[in-house]
Amino acid sequence: MKDQIRQVIKEHGHLAVDPEALADEADLYQAGMTSHASVNVMIALEDTFDVEFLDSMLKRSVFESIDSIAQALSEVGVEA
Amino acid sequence: MALRVGIDLVAVATVAGSLRGPHRDHYLGRVYTPREVDDCRGLSGRVEPERLAARFAAKEAAIKALPGAGEGVRLTQIEVITGPAGEISLALSGRAAELLAACGGTDVAVSLTHEADFAAATVVIA
Repeated sequence: MKDQIRQVIKEHGHLAVDPEALADEADLYQAGMTSHASVNVMIALEDTFDVEFLDSMLKRSVFESIDSIAQALSEVGVEA
Repeated sequence: MALRVGIDLVAVATVAGSLRGPHRDHYLGRVYTPREVDDCRGLSGRVEPERLAARFAAKEAAIKALPGAGEGVRLTQIEVITGPAGEISLALSGRAAELLAACGGTDVAVSLTHEADFAAATVVIA
């Protein structure tokens, strides 16, 4: 799952660094992800995994790292 | 209550990229209301990214102004309304309206601006 998350971030996160070089717990906002890019990451994740994030997950902390995204995806039914 | 303020800046190119990409319809539906999308159409019917970018900036500025950083708010619950004379206002619904009430806010003011490359918005809650 994390490889797919990294690919989505690579395509939509507009980071200043290659997501492949980021640790799972690295802060994506500190790596240059803007709020608009985080929305694009969210939408691409929903399409990639065919899920919808819960309203309660619509917050900055859910999209701040590969680990936190993986946790949220697990909570909406994506298997690791 | 004390005044609350939020501001946001968006690069128009990133919004244009979202409109060109494979997730365009999902992006438009998840972020903007149908009325907002229609308000951003030019004479040719094309959705103009700079106008959409200003609306995205307004939504993010509102989230920053709301208590709790607007957690749990769907972006479509913050709607930029364009009046008949072109005047702009903000309508909050759902969770966004709940957060507004929770902080004792009764009035929301918004100001938008955009150039070719960037769009920005400021939201004040009183």
